[in-house]
Amino acid sequence: MDSKAENLNALDIRGPMHRTLRHDSAHKHVSGTAEYIDDMPEPAGLLHGALGLSDRAHADILSMDLSAVAAYPGVVAVLTGKDVPGENDVSPSGKHDEPLLAETRVEFHGQPIFAVIAETRDAARRAARLARIDYRDLPFWTDIDGALANGAPVVTDGMTLSRGDAKTALDKAPRRLKGQMRIGGQEHFYLESHIALAIPGEDEDVTVWSSTQHPSEVQHMVGHVLGIASNAVTVNTRRMGGGFGGKETQGNQFAALAALAAKKLKRAVKFRPDRDEDMTATGKRHDFLVSYDVGFDDEGRIEAVDATYAARCGYSADLSGPVTDRALFHADSSYFYPHVHLTSKPLKTHTVSNTAFRGFGGPQGMVGGERIIEEIAYALGKDPLEIRKANFYGPKGSGRDVTPYHQQVEDNIIARIVDELEASSDYQERRRAILAFNRENRVIRKGIALTPVKFGISFTMTAFNQAGALVHVYSDGSIHLNHGGTEMGQGLYTKVAQVLADAFQVDIDRVKITATTTAKVPNTSATAASSGTDLNGAAAFDAARQIKTRLVAFAAERWNVAPESIRFAPNRVEIGNKETIPFPDFIRLAYFARVQLSAAGFYKTPKIHWDRAAGRGTPFYYFAYGASVSEVSIDTLTGEYMVDRADILHDVGKSLNPAIDIGQVEGAFVQGMGWLTTEELWWDNKGRLRTHAPSTYKIPLASDRPKIFNTRLAEWSENVEATIGKSKAVGEPPFMLAISVLEALSMAVASVADYRICPRLDAPATPERVLMAVERLKKERG
Amino acid sequence: MPSSIRFLLNADEVSLTDVSPTETLLDYLRLRKRLTGSKEGCAEGDCGACTVLVGRLVDGALVYESVNACIRFMGSLSGTHVVTVEYLASANGALHPIQQAMVDQHGSQCGFCTPGFVMSLYGLWLSHENPGRSEIERALQGNLCRCTGYEPIVKAALEVTASRPSALFDPLEKARTEIMAKLWGMQVTERIEIEKDGKRLLVPASLSDLTEILAENPGATIVAGSTDVGLWVTKQMRDINPVIFINHLAELQAVSVSGTDIRIGAGVTYSRAMDVLAAHIPGLTPLMWRIGGEQVRNMGTIGGNIANGSPIGDTPPPLIALGATLHLRSRDGGARSLPLEDYFIAYGKQAREPGEFVEAVTVPSPDAETHFAVYKISKRRDEDISALCGAFLLRLGETGLVETARIAFGGMAATPKRAKAVEAALVGKPWTMETVEAARAAFNTDYQPLTDWRATAEYRQLTAKNLLTRFYLETIGEPQELKRFAAGEA
Repeated sequence: MDSKAENLNALDIRGPMHRTLRHDSAHKHVSGTAEYIDDMPEPAGLLHGALGLSDRAHADILSMDLSAVAAYPGVVAVLTGKDVPGENDVSPSGKHDEPLLAETRVEFHGQPIFAVIAETRDAARRAARLARIDYRDLPFWTDIDGALANGAPVVTDGMTLSRGDAKTALDKAPRRLKGQMRIGGQEHFYLESHIALAIPGEDEDVTVWSSTQHPSEVQHMVGHVLGIASNAVTVNTRRMGGGFGGKETQGNQFAALAALAAKKLKRAVKFRPDRDEDMTATGKRHDFLVSYDVGFDDEGRIEAVDATYAARCGYSADLSGPVTDRALFHADSSYFYPHVHLTSKPLKTHTVSNTAFRGFGGPQGMVGGERIIEEIAYALGKDPLEIRKANFYGPKGSGRDVTPYHQQVEDNIIARIVDELEASSDYQERRRAILAFNRENRVIRKGIALTPVKFGISFTMTAFNQAGALVHVYSDGSIHLNHGGTEMGQGLYTKVAQVLADAFQVDIDRVKITATTTAKVPNTSATAASSGTDLNGAAAFDAARQIKTRLVAFAAERWNVAPESIRFAPNRVEIGNKETIPFPDFIRLAYFARVQLSAAGFYKTPKIHWDRAAGRGTPFYYFAYGASVSEVSIDTLTGEYMVDRADILHDVGKSLNPAIDIGQVEGAFVQGMGWLTTEELWWDNKGRLRTHAPSTYKIPLASDRPKIFNTRLAEWSENVEATIGKSKAVGEPPFMLAISVLEALSMAVASVADYRICPRLDAPATPERVLMAVERLKKERG
Repeated sequence: MPSSIRFLLNADEVSLTDVSPTETLLDYLRLRKRLTGSKEGCAEGDCGACTVLVGRLVDGALVYESVNACIRFMGSLSGTHVVTVEYLASANGALHPIQQAMVDQHGSQCGFCTPGFVMSLYGLWLSHENPGRSEIERALQGNLCRCTGYEPIVKAALEVTASRPSALFDPLEKARTEIMAKLWGMQVTERIEIEKDGKRLLVPASLSDLTEILAENPGATIVAGSTDVGLWVTKQMRDINPVIFINHLAELQAVSVSGTDIRIGAGVTYSRAMDVLAAHIPGLTPLMWRIGGEQVRNMGTIGGNIANGSPIGDTPPPLIALGATLHLRSRDGGARSLPLEDYFIAYGKQAREPGEFVEAVTVPSPDAETHFAVYKISKRRDEDISALCGAFLLRLGETGLVETARIAFGGMAATPKRAKAVEAALVGKPWTMETVEAARAAFNTDYQPLTDWRATAEYRQLTAKNLLTRFYLETIGEPQELKRFAAGEA
């Protein structure tokens, strides 16, 4: 907007907090002008890298003959682990268990062994296939069953959460059930594959453009691999074409390789794996095997739960520790367990190292918890919703408000959310109609389910809950915004810009959003754990506060008025009732008065602490809540299904941008639905992932989304904690709304045995699993 | 010899003489032209991030269709108009109404898939006056979005097609006549032959020229839609040489109906075959809408689906059940025909002689008394490859006994294959549930399916049997709900 046209009487600015505003790059997205790393003008002499991958799941490397690779026309260099000047390691856990390039042993099919650098990407890819590597095969296992059968080690220590006396309570409970549930993993399928571009500088300097959620870690990892200090490495990230956790640690290898080659060859180098390589060589959501033992009374009220969560972690630790921890943190879903004992087993498998993915173990934890509810409901012949309500956490101080990790739930709104949704979705009437439908139809059956979400917000590693921002106000009144968060489509940049516009009371057009770079804000945390806005929004607000404090002091002195009388009104500053000055003019005056118009903001989340060894503390600042109702139809001859309707009521506190939040909720639901239905990862008997492209790995399409899809935000909700604008995090929590789809499918299956047998439908509930569950129930009903 | 590929790219005329037979349109756009709006998401025609429109003259009309630039070869573009996302916004930066609707409805998040969605919707906009949700979902079957859950994209599509701002805003509507005139001048009238880095591409001037080229180059790869061959190049990095492009040959584009027979030229795309097949064999329609995504249907051909001999091609099972005849031709052997089922000899082996090509397939349309249905089973309903695909054709005699049963499956054996034991168990029997139940066991004689990532052997066998049950239930008029699945209706 032209500043000269500013209206000094405007009542409001464009783009304040709590108002719908389009994504800052929307107009560039639709016109193809939003620049992703592969779209950047290429530096002169750019070289391209490709990976040489292992074709064994577990083997010693006896010898490598890379001469044909090196001789391929256009190849400039072939790099192996021996070319790494620093540490041949990109493990984010610090365990030194993830070589950048494997030297003596490979531990999964598709592990990078060497890198080819060539004049063209095509030449690099073709040459990479010409290696001759001799291996000595070693025993391997790719899944949890194999890990358990082989007594596999853990990749990192498991955790135990315990409260009360689960063993005794289970023995005493009127009813008791044991079972197991298998939960599949998930490929992120960000549309933009990993990519990194490195340009060497003078001395030890290198600048890297990386599609990463964690520029600071890429910076540190590049330094670690090159054996140079972090201050020589600059990492830039303007936007990712999707991340979902898949770019929290997994970009390290590509950035490190690009930087390694760039420094060695003194030329710019780009690494862009194709889809198959990306899916083969980067980690995914963890699969779990949940073994549960629940004691309950005749009303379905839980008395004790003992559960073990075993996870396929892949060959190294990566983030498996905190991921399996978070699974346990959410094994209670929204329910109070009077006595509880939970254990995680982060198992080593000969597969790619699994990693962060939206929800970070939480979804698997919750799916296990909801399975327990289903078991109880089918055992008692009741609607699972009734069992849910009987077990919800109570209000603060009710005696039913303490989690298995001894944190008190202080902000519980789950009962209100569920009651409102139950009414607005007409749940009871529709359930009755479905029960009637199922009595009349022999082939098509329907199911409906209402499931809750309660998700803890904060990194469980307390140190990560900090953020920085850098804000400059230029003398023309335009504002430069930078912070440590990264933009992967979630609208973080837009929301933080709204925070800043609101703080200065200027139209958002005046705020320039700039690419995340380690050179402006140091030591940032990953944009992850849904924390992006909470942390970076607060840091930007702090920067604005500092500058405004200086501006107020300046104005109070210059106009000789009380500081309290200075008001930042829309696009203007009111000096008491003496004068009203357009914002740019005011800034210009401040500049000439030598006011510092730049500030580094900082924020750290209060209140939280966590003692992992004791399994005790307050790991979460607050909880985000939600609930959904899904209705499905299944074909009992083939297991095919469709989602007929979904109704969602979700809590984002006081929304900073309702359109962006609804987009997160809808998108998360459909992504979660894909995880629980059609997205299946399949390894063959050689340990090779065979679902490594969209032709074989099936994420939802437009035609898969619910036929009727009603999404609402709980508009009455405000965060009880002092978050930015009383909002709540939104990235991950709604992912778990999709559990209602799995449970609705389960109910439709249960109909073939008159809802008396728990279908124990595992995830992903592909048509095959649905049909096989139908068959099993038909047999068991007799 | 006019050895150049001539086409329109947005507003520019292009004449290419240095092009390899396997250079993809996406690489050309991104690497050579630095038109980076089209993205590479998968390089196999499954995600749609590279979607562009290709306009071509069909029966004298200019038709624009969405295609996957990642698996479209440059050699197939003679006489076409390639339209990329860069062409939509006007010079002053004003967005096209479709783009504006996507902005207004918050249809983009990370934005990487967005240009592809815009182009798919643009293709829909140009071909449909007022599409409903079903048409929109079909147009978007070939576009993956991982962020939005699609809801705002469909809303944007509904909004913009309902309001439909003036065609004057549209860069293609405005210039239609001018574009057609240019394309007329670029049609292939003489053989094109280009060699680059020792690899040759050939574009025959006519069908007879194709027979000559094939006789001279019996090892050549024939490319029509490249929805399969494209992946040989992008995924397997196979060197194919020489390559013959046939998608422009008018003789292979013909669809004719004579009596009950429908003859479909080998170059007819799924999209172009849709109307005539729907009119004469309505039982095929649900399957047709589940082949690939819209982009693949706009490129891929029924001839190619047959010729490549895949055991999981979607069209061979129903065409075999319908009793289709395949027509082959070569310079020296002339034309010959054979029952389609005889074309599939073994995995990777077909009854196509060196120098021979698939010219057409003739499909008899069943009469009103004949029951016919085809069921595709896949993990995801749309744009997936069959775990199994079963086609059933059944005629009852006057006595109510089964007179004819032709059943064929894909995904159950190394080739598309008849279920002859099942057929035998049905013929001459009354068409009852008892007969169906008794016939199920015969599937074990006909098929010993494999386990792979699409399904286990157990699931395939059980579902094949259950599909016979489903077919029976449909023929006796119950239960209607099943149709919703097969039709993929929104």
